[in-house]
Amino acid sequence: MKRTRTPGISRRSTLALMGAGAMTFAAPWVARAQAKTIKIGMPTILSGRVAQLGTSSRNAVMLEVEKVNAAGGLAGRQIEMVIRDSKGQPQEAARVARELVNTDGCELLLDGEASSGSFAVHEVARDLGVLCIHTCSEASSLTADPKQHIPNAFRCVRQGIHDSIVGGSYAAGIAKAKGLKKWATCSPDYAYGRDTTGEFTLYLKRFAPDVEIISESWPKLFQPDYTEVVTKILQAKPQALYSCLWGGDLTSYIDQANIYAMFNQMEVFAVNMADYTALTVVKNLPKGIHSGNRYIKTFPTTPENAAWGDAYRAKYNEYPTNWSWQNATAVMFLAEAAKKANSADGKKIAEVLKGLTIKCPFGADGTVTMRGDDHTLVGYAIGWGTTIPQEPYVPEVKAGDWKTIFELEAEWKKSKGYT
Amino acid sequence: MDLDALAGCLSSSACLVTQTTSGLIIGMLLFLVAVGLTLIFGVLKVVNFSHGAFYMFGAYFAMTAYQLTGSFALAMLVGAAGTAILGLIFERVFMSRVYGADVLMQLLVCYAFVLIFDDVVRIIWGPEFKSMGMPSAFQVMPLFIAGGVVPPYYLLLIGVALVAAIVLGIGLSRSRIGKVIRAAAHNPGMVSALGINTGLIYGGVFALGGMLAGLAGALAAPVRSLTPGMGFSVLIESFIVTVIGGMGSILGALIGALLLGLIRSFGSLGFPLFTEGLMYLFMVIVLVSKPTGLFGREAA
Repeated sequence: MKRTRTPGISRRSTLALMGAGAMTFAAPWVARAQAKTIKIGMPTILSGRVAQLGTSSRNAVMLEVEKVNAAGGLAGRQIEMVIRDSKGQPQEAARVARELVNTDGCELLLDGEASSGSFAVHEVARDLGVLCIHTCSEASSLTADPKQHIPNAFRCVRQGIHDSIVGGSYAAGIAKAKGLKKWATCSPDYAYGRDTTGEFTLYLKRFAPDVEIISESWPKLFQPDYTEVVTKILQAKPQALYSCLWGGDLTSYIDQANIYAMFNQMEVFAVNMADYTALTVVKNLPKGIHSGNRYIKTFPTTPENAAWGDAYRAKYNEYPTNWSWQNATAVMFLAEAAKKANSADGKKIAEVLKGLTIKCPFGADGTVTMRGDDHTLVGYAIGWGTTIPQEPYVPEVKAGDWKTIFELEAEWKKSKGYT
Repeated sequence: MDLDALAGCLSSSACLVTQTTSGLIIGMLLFLVAVGLTLIFGVLKVVNFSHGAFYMFGAYFAMTAYQLTGSFALAMLVGAAGTAILGLIFERVFMSRVYGADVLMQLLVCYAFVLIFDDVVRIIWGPEFKSMGMPSAFQVMPLFIAGGVVPPYYLLLIGVALVAAIVLGIGLSRSRIGKVIRAAAHNPGMVSALGINTGLIYGGVFALGGMLAGLAGALAAPVRSLTPGMGFSVLIESFIVTVIGGMGSILGALIGALLLGLIRSFGSLGFPLFTEGLMYLFMVIVLVSKPTGLFGREAA
């Protein structure tokens, strides 16, 4: 018997339409992939005490995104940044990150949060499966701890453990040369301050076993007055002082310690001093403070780095910060990975990012690498030097040796049970 | 806990001098902020939660004046006078509308202005932290008194705060204006019935409180970094001072601030991990033993 078609939509067509509809609603990224622009979400700190760092992160991202868009975009798709203020609160950072993906349709995330917020955003990335590059958190455990590992998250930031190894080694050299055996520490009383100080003294003692810590001070974060801390250190009479105070806390501390002539009485090692945010603000910067490089345009001493620092300053009328170069590098990684993957798809970019080496103005040898096994940045310029009160502020930086960093980092990971 | 360090310090004249002056510095700056807070509460019966903003404005005004003129004295003057004017305007335009209102309403108005003032500072001076820098006259080696270290700038700071305390104490107890202010605090209706403009008194007291906080900010500007919101941490400690000393008591603010300064100074040696806690513990002990504070009076 011959079957005749009835007018209207057939059952097969209806099922096909329903299937297509379901696909569209259940997997919105399929539809989004067709969009011409690609939205990249970025929660960062745009208000409060450290707003300057968040603003400098945003500036650096926009500087690089303009270049990428001018060169044709991310695999042919123009980037549209959606940048939101988290106020530095972890719960707000998580909420904003989720909203950026679910409501604003962002397909990738740049996480411009400090450590506390980054762990919260990391969980959002774990939940949503969206590609996320952390651009500001230096907490080593974020990528070193295998429990934190997810295939879609990367960290394009210097690491506390790297700084501590290089700082400890540098400080031990000076301790031996000058006979500095009695040390004091003064760092902010929260996770970053405690961890970084602990790791620094660990490597200081490893390279200079005679060193003894005779005094510890833990002022609270954003404390306005350090007088009692300064006088306590003076009473202990150490030969050297280590501090990882940063930003306005560090400048307050220097101003207050200066009038006690503290810098004449001991060698001072302040890992966060060599950042323009602090260098340009302190009016009476003492000569000879030892510091790790954060961002200065004279290290690495390459025309590319100097040109990048000048371009940033020309555009925003201020110097970049440590957070700036990290965010800029993240965009450089995204652009290169998308080019290699020939796609702006997060999963494809993530695959390419693993172990990717790119040319970069901030690389120790002109390149930086996104290490494949723990998804973290290595090969960036890292070193210590001493300050002078005017530009270039840190005229000579002694570069850290990445071979030593890798060896000691591997040992440290083992001691922590990470490997 | 490091009681050996504390005992060692107490038996050394050098350490005693250094730590005592350290305590005095912390205490006197705190006093200048707290006394304004307690004065406003004593007369206006308003807990001014936006008081820290005047400390912040004082610091920013002083920094700007110093950058423009290079004169430290003028910077102090501008810091104090600028916040006095700001205090007067703030009281006349906004706070005067919530006298007698629910405490929650007063709290909300003050808190709103904490946020507004912070944003105003951010718009005018930028979100980044700033430093005024130490005037060259004070960029000298510290003095050594009995082996202890005392920076000359801090001697000036203690001196200015002491003069402010004495002038305020004598002015309120001996002068006619002081008597009127105290009368207004006790019975504003009667003062008004005598033909005295209580609004003017209220505005004046608020301006005075703002000026003292502004002076503290101006004095602190050479040694503390300036950021939007910098008044908040000072405000918390000022509240502790006023609670310890007794709300409304100027002598209480002075004693409370000095005690707090000394607790921080010597506590950092003996109890390095519990210095903050010591302040609160002391406050709790005072509140339990004398709920109105050391010099506070029972409500009539």
